[in-house]
Amino acid sequence: MHIMEGFLPSPWWEIWFIVSLPFIVIGLYQLNKLVQEKREALPLLAVAGAFVFVLSSLKLPSFNGSCSHPTGTGLGAILFGPCIAAVLGLIVLVFQAVFLAHGGLTTLGANVFSMGIAGPIVAYLVYKAGIRAGANTYATVFVAAALADLVTYVVTSIQLALAFPGTAGFLGAFSAFAAVFAVTQVPLAIIEGAVIMLVFKYIVQLKPEILTSLNLLPESTVQKLREAAA
Amino acid sequence: MKYGMEIAVAALIIVFAAVFLVQDAAIQSTLGEGEEAWGGADGEAASLIESTGYEPWAEPIWEPPSGEIESLLFALQAAIGAVVIGYVFGYWQGNRKTA
Repeated sequence: MHIMEGFLPSPWWEIWFIVSLPFIVIGLYQLNKLVQEKREALPLLAVAGAFVFVLSSLKLPSFNGSCSHPTGTGLGAILFGPCIAAVLGLIVLVFQAVFLAHGGLTTLGANVFSMGIAGPIVAYLVYKAGIRAGANTYATVFVAAALADLVTYVVTSIQLALAFPGTAGFLGAFSAFAAVFAVTQVPLAIIEGAVIMLVFKYIVQLKPEILTSLNLLPESTVQKLREAAA
Repeated sequence: MKYGMEIAVAALIIVFAAVFLVQDAAIQSTLGEGEEAWGGADGEAASLIESTGYEPWAEPIWEPPSGEIESLLFALQAAIGAVVIGYVFGYWQGNRKTA
């Protein structure tokens, strides 16, 4: 999903910086609050950030002869909301732009939006809706994380199609970019959803009290999940 | 089933790997001399854009000088993340055991 350095013409790269900025500001504010008020959640925050580090470094082969990587931002979004996930995504994207020439500093705004904001917002909404509707917790986490991954790549395709409609127009360009990005991503999104679901299970087993203190799950659901695993 | 989910995820990954091997065999047989499959989607999108005549207006400030150094940095990125995840889960596990 990285849009490479210099591959977004003006005004698009500026627009995506402006769109992403408020989320980062709110995310930093929320992070600050979390650090001051819920210190017990800090190790979990570290795990969520580390998860983005690991998953976004793994380039996996997909079904159509090209490689792409999962994003890992779904976990942070489910646990801490999309704004904090945006900050985590920003850290990883800066690392990759500076040290790996993956993505770029001029395209950072657009890349933060797709990976750190759009995907996480979807994951967050799907998770909240699923829990409220009383759906199976792990199935909800799976779907939320997989969709976060997939939406990231769909949004990248939209960003590129907006900047490069070419002769085919926006829809034509979108389907060309989506063929490169989104189709490749479907199997990887499923894997990512499955892995994050597994991590969620370990959090339930090892640190269930944190899930209730972050208002992620009601006490009774945590109890039920733990009994089912025992 | 205590490990039901682990088994399901492992099965999924095995299926994923198996499909890759089958596909790879099919793709390799169609490749000509010196061609390489399984390139990155990021690069494919970039060449799609360049084919319209667009010239990127900025260059990365630094690029890993070789594929080896690039994979070193990617491995480092994954290792940093894995250490943190392992440390925190291990710490919690230890806390539970002694509590």
